[in-house]
Amino acid sequence: MTALPTRKQEDYRYADLAALAPLWPVTVEQVVLAAGESRAMSLVNSGDSPLVRELAVTLGDGASLDLAVLNAGSGYGRIAVRAELGAGARFNLGAAQLAGAGQVLEVITEVAHLAPDATSRQVVRSVAGRGSTANYLGKVLVAKGADGTDGEQSVRAMLLDRQSAANARPELEIHADDVKCAHGCAVGELDANALFYMAQRGLPPELAKRLMLQAFVAEAFAGMPDEDALLEQALAALEAML
Amino acid sequence: MLEIRNLHATVADKPILKGLSLTIQAGEVHAIMGPNGAGKSTLGYTLGGRPGYEVTGGEVNFAGQDLLSLEPHERASKGLFLGFQYPVEIPGVSFVQFLRESLNAQRKGRGEEPLSGGEFLKLAREKAALLKLDMDMLKRPVNVGFSGGEKKRAEMVQMGILDPKLAVLDETDSGLDIDALRVVGEGINAVMRRADKAVLLITHYQRLLDYVKPDFVHVLAGGRIVRSGGPELALELEEHGYEAVAG
Repeated sequence: MTALPTRKQEDYRYADLAALAPLWPVTVEQVVLAAGESRAMSLVNSGDSPLVRELAVTLGDGASLDLAVLNAGSGYGRIAVRAELGAGARFNLGAAQLAGAGQVLEVITEVAHLAPDATSRQVVRSVAGRGSTANYLGKVLVAKGADGTDGEQSVRAMLLDRQSAANARPELEIHADDVKCAHGCAVGELDANALFYMAQRGLPPELAKRLMLQAFVAEAFAGMPDEDALLEQALAALEAML
Repeated sequence: MLEIRNLHATVADKPILKGLSLTIQAGEVHAIMGPNGAGKSTLGYTLGGRPGYEVTGGEVNFAGQDLLSLEPHERASKGLFLGFQYPVEIPGVSFVQFLRESLNAQRKGRGEEPLSGGEFLKLAREKAALLKLDMDMLKRPVNVGFSGGEKKRAEMVQMGILDPKLAVLDETDSGLDIDALRVVGEGINAVMRRADKAVLLITHYQRLLDYVKPDFVHVLAGGRIVRSGGPELALELEEHGYEAVAG
């Protein structure tokens, strides 16, 4: 049995260790897709108690996984995913985190492209309000020989007040030559120009804010299987935190 | 309709409007012209209540009430429309959704019943046709991927849908080619040239005024109106320049 992690460990730097302690050690859930297999999965944290899940994903050659994560609820929420991709495999992560009232929510990923021509795409959208913290720590590793890799990380966080925080660390480790890896990362506030424009057309500030946040959260699940159902759940969680 | 008395406003503590007075009656079209930096856009934003534009003196009465005491969305609900020089892009929010929510919020503020989806779409279709804007464009996110001219036409479609009492149009002519200028000009006339409405056009150039004929023309320089006249004043400015006419 391993000891409870400390903040010195990179992946736990921003974690809520007090909430993690009673759940430790965490059982790693194995998700194995055979060559050519396709699957869609969703992980939802919507309860009041802390939730910590760790997935070890193995994708065989040409396998394809769509993983939707909705990290909300009202306690500590940590979703950690380590994925190993075979040749030509496809890993697609869409994650929305809606952090309210002092909560810590985090998505931790490590996506390893171990063989040529695999594709990974990670879209993470976090909203943090009322003194909460939303984290994304994500690494894309491209092993030697994994040429033709296409890896993308799009990470954005929206802070609703000055007491809330977001930590985003997209990371690339590349040992192959012919790879395409893109990452975009931004932490910001709602666009004041857009808020005034909307107000000038008659929208009260709360409604304008809500429309913008709904659009922001929707980006996490755009194009995913079961997009409408996921979005509906996410918008309900957004309402709960606002 | 609108009475501005001795308005002073600052932006980032810098005085921009320095005692501006202007009265607009229902049924009138006024044009404000002036050199860069005169305070034209500041006037529009101050009337709209944009954060950062601080009124330090004067009064504004709009349709019988103190405009400056109202929040921006309340000003809209009372019938003030501000046409933006640079319309803002709002990713992920469609024009249809945005305008329906806006219109219904305005109607709620006035104690009116909301429009149903069907009623709203009928209205939107009618106003889009008036401005020759493809209805499909209103299904796209607000202003995202629109050309400069399309954004300006979309502003006028919004004005048509929201049906304001007073439209303050900030350089609505910029970015328009000759054909689009005519369409926009005719659109402004069709929506706003009525006995119970008024328009304040903020512009650099005479060309929009060929289509939307103003009843009064004012020259804004140094944060104040320095000269007022009829439509002939715009032609005089075009011929001789601001410095000669207002200087």
